[in-house]
Amino acid sequence: MRLKLKIWRQAGPGTAGRLVDYAADHVSPDMSFLEMLDVVNEGLVKQGHDAIAFDSDCREGICGMCGLVVNGIPHGPDRGTTVCQLHMRRFRDGDTIVIEPWRARAFPVVKDLVVDRSALDRIITAGGYVSVNCGGAPDGNAIPIAKEVSETAMDSAACIGCGACVAACKNASAHLFMSAKISHLSLLPQGQIERYRRVVAMIEQADAEGFGSCSNEGECEAVCPKEIPISNIARMTREYFRALWVGGR
Amino acid sequence: MSPTKLDSNVPAGPIAEKWDRHRFEMKLVNPANKRKYTIIVVGTGLAGASAAASLGELGYNVLNFCIQDSPRRAHSIAAQGGINAAKNYQNDGDSVYRLFYDTVKGGDYRSREANVYRLAQLSVNIIDQCVAQGVPFARDYGGLLDNRSFGGAQVSRTFYARGQTGQQLLLGAYQSLMRQVHKGTVRLFARREMLDLVLVEGRARGIVCRNLVTGEIERYAAHAVILATGGYGTVYYLSTNAVNSNVTASWRAAKRGALFANPCFTQIHPTCIPVTGDHQSKLTLMSESLRNDGRVWVPKKKGDTRPPDQIPEDERDYYLERKYPSFGNLVPRDVASRNAKQMADEGRGVGETGLAVYLDFQDAIQRLGIDVIREKYGNLFHMYKKIADEDAYKVPMRIYPAIHYTMGGLWVDYNLMTNVPGLHVLGEANFSDHGANRLGASALMQGLADGYFVIPYTIGHYLAGSTMLKVTSEHDAFKESANCVQKNINRLLSVKGNRGIREIHRELGRIMWDNVGMSRTEQSLRTALAQIPKLRGEFWQSVSVPGTDDNLNQSLEYAGRVADYLEFAELLTLDALHRRESCGGHFREESQTADGEALRDDEHYSYVAAWEFTGVGREPVLHKEPLVFEEVHPTQRSYK
Ligand SMILES: Cc1cc2nc3c(=O)[nH]c(=O)nc-3n(C[C@H](O)[C@H](O)[C@H](O)COP(=O)(O)OP(=O)(O)OC[C@H]3O[C@@H](n4cnc5c(N)ncnc54)[C@H](O)[C@@H]3O)c2cc1C
Ligand code: SF4
Ligand code: FES
Repeated sequence: MRLKLKIWRQAGPGTAGRLVDYAADHVSPDMSFLEMLDVVNEGLVKQGHDAIAFDSDCREGICGMCGLVVNGIPHGPDRGTTVCQLHMRRFRDGDTIVIEPWRARAFPVVKDLVVDRSALDRIITAGGYVSVNCGGAPDGNAIPIAKEVSETAMDSAACIGCGACVAACKNASAHLFMSAKISHLSLLPQGQIERYRRVVAMIEQADAEGFGSCSNEGECEAVCPKEIPISNIARMTREYFRALWVGGR
Repeated sequence: MSPTKLDSNVPAGPIAEKWDRHRFEMKLVNPANKRKYTIIVVGTGLAGASAAASLGELGYNVLNFCIQDSPRRAHSIAAQGGINAAKNYQNDGDSVYRLFYDTVKGGDYRSREANVYRLAQLSVNIIDQCVAQGVPFARDYGGLLDNRSFGGAQVSRTFYARGQTGQQLLLGAYQSLMRQVHKGTVRLFARREMLDLVLVEGRARGIVCRNLVTGEIERYAAHAVILATGGYGTVYYLSTNAVNSNVTASWRAAKRGALFANPCFTQIHPTCIPVTGDHQSKLTLMSESLRNDGRVWVPKKKGDTRPPDQIPEDERDYYLERKYPSFGNLVPRDVASRNAKQMADEGRGVGETGLAVYLDFQDAIQRLGIDVIREKYGNLFHMYKKIADEDAYKVPMRIYPAIHYTMGGLWVDYNLMTNVPGLHVLGEANFSDHGANRLGASALMQGLADGYFVIPYTIGHYLAGSTMLKVTSEHDAFKESANCVQKNINRLLSVKGNRGIREIHRELGRIMWDNVGMSRTEQSLRTALAQIPKLRGEFWQSVSVPGTDDNLNQSLEYAGRVADYLEFAELLTLDALHRRESCGGHFREESQTADGEALRDDEHYSYVAAWEFTGVGREPVLHKEPLVFEEVHPTQRSYK
């Protein structure tokens, strides 16, 4: 296949960026989207040109490192799929593909398609954990947990922290990301003790980072590669109001 | 150093009491003094994150580094199948001793008994710790923890969280780590690459890193350094490892004097999605857990190109079940991989390339129903569909072996310290517990045992027992090291050739896979030893590394890693050449039994080979740690 690419190039955080045209001439349908970019980069590198910077690591859809907006959609057109697992058989010979970075106030561009998502880490740092020190934990089977509860917690825990939900949201809200962690921990008995403190601390941190609020657009759910349901946000909101009620600080 | 016998510092006493006694005998750092000690932890995978979090909890001042933009993205996140622990929740005859025994046998008697025993003991605490953190392990309908089986074991001792066990365990460790960041005991340095180890008076006292965003060369001083930087599978270019995996941290430490042990012990995983073309940047694992329910087969006839559903039952060869009736599809990885290769070599491989075998779920779907299979393996089937464009609920998966894990690594003693005082190595980066072959679900166990339960004790022992100079990053040793690092970067940028970095890496991978892969001969190894230095020469003549060093430059990062691999590959091959026996994942064709199984030579090779770097392209010095088996008597491994 031959493809026309329009790729966002930006030298650094302070500088202006623009879309630059590239041709990808030897694309096999079996390639992943990132492997297609590897080939473009290999060509640039051989000619001594700067490679297009983009993040990736596992290339299996689990580390959350990759993230590109493909033709306006974070992670591209396939539902429930990270861009590293998107394959070129999804495109047709002669297609033009526009490739841009995540765009959100809380995710400044580092270079080209690479953004700084450390704000998500700081939200977890604010309270996204169970406070147990190593050693002295009770036996793993001491507290039985109903299978359905544990499965629902796992559904939420599956979030890979990629930030696509933020990139898709017109408010650049991190609610889906946050609600996934809050749901995971508030569903399990181990997460109960800090339940209210956690939700308040994480939401306050998200505000401080410059993420927007949620107006129920549902775009986040549509692009989430792990298909985290938006019902998590409803759960988080309930938790939050209950926390305010009980003075959860 | 002249060749010496290495001292593993294994404590005296009966094997079951060694660790308890040692814990009592080790020196302690007084709680109020802990914050006066700075400890560098490089890596945030299971080993690094668990270590950094636990040391932070104890009150040490911890500096934690990783390459990715967030600690949560370390390669450990990709582990799928599960984690072993001798809980015996299934009442099926498991015990600490059995896990110990299985691991020593699975490693083909090339691991250190005392370490393995401790690992089996600690496995039990790991599960408790992870549950307390909120790791959503799979449960049965009574609400208790569920288990499955992995290769090389006849009991069900593997705990799992769907096909995302590594993710959930790592997020547990990551969250504990972030809690310490919140408390201020751990400072995090993401998007940093360690490029040198700094020694002062022979002790490890710090590191030099490149800030991958600004390009700055940064110096950090500490009282001890812990490397938890993962394995070197990507020396083969194509592997199941994440693409940023590298040997750089370990190799630079080796160049500063740390011994590199058993580099030729590499693991080839039997169930990966087969190679399709040159463009591929990595291979994808289909978890070993699939072998619980999937049956491996090839056609009985050579060159049978019928689609699988048209090959009748009696014309299929379920070769693992046939050859190994007691373990069947759950033989260890090295055995399963070699057998797949044998089928392909016989011309009975399947798929377009003939380099694949079937992993078939039809029987399991009929027995258990499609929903059960979907619940257990849904994400793996989904991933298979994405990559191979086939529905494994309907047609058998095509799988083939690929490089997956590296048992070799920096040499460490029982305290996980290298021969360089103060330098400790955890997780896949050390050589420790898996001998010549790792059993499935044991890497996660080892990483977490090292980080949560071993290093918090042994590092205190080291710190309390050492008198150290006060050293800051202004010390000359740091300046000298930063200079070296900068020179190396300048050298990479100044070649300005016309060959792609990836192209050279791919070529190195091909040399390694063809000659130092699933089976090795004197001749293939000599071929590789001739080709590697040549390719290294070409790299330094003709590689193109565009851009500058004062900002994010992924080509520069990649080139540095490939340059290190071009040196390290030679050591790996040399080690494979010197070990004229087959054991575990190291299969020398010259050394096999009548029926084609790996044939060890205990008389000559029952030792750990720890190599001392003496210069690029120069013969390294071999140091030996003899292996003593007091508990498990080495025999010809059999899974029949
Ligand atoms: C696809 C796959 C599936 C697997 N499934 C299982 C399984 O089911 N069960 C099991 O037990 N094992 C499994 N394994 C093996 C297991 O995942 C790994 O062995 C283990 O996670 C390694 O953990 P680690 O902490 O040692 O290193 P890693 O997780 O590899 O972490 C390395 C860390 O070091 C950092 N780093 C590396 N180099 C540098 C440097 N120069 N400077 C700064 N930082 C650096 C990285 O950023 C990263 O944070 C699997 C492996 C793969 C590839
Ligand atoms: S909720 Fe979904 S889109 Fe958002 S960070 Fe998590 S996985 Fe990514
Ligand atoms: S690279 Fe890991 S999720 Fe895409």
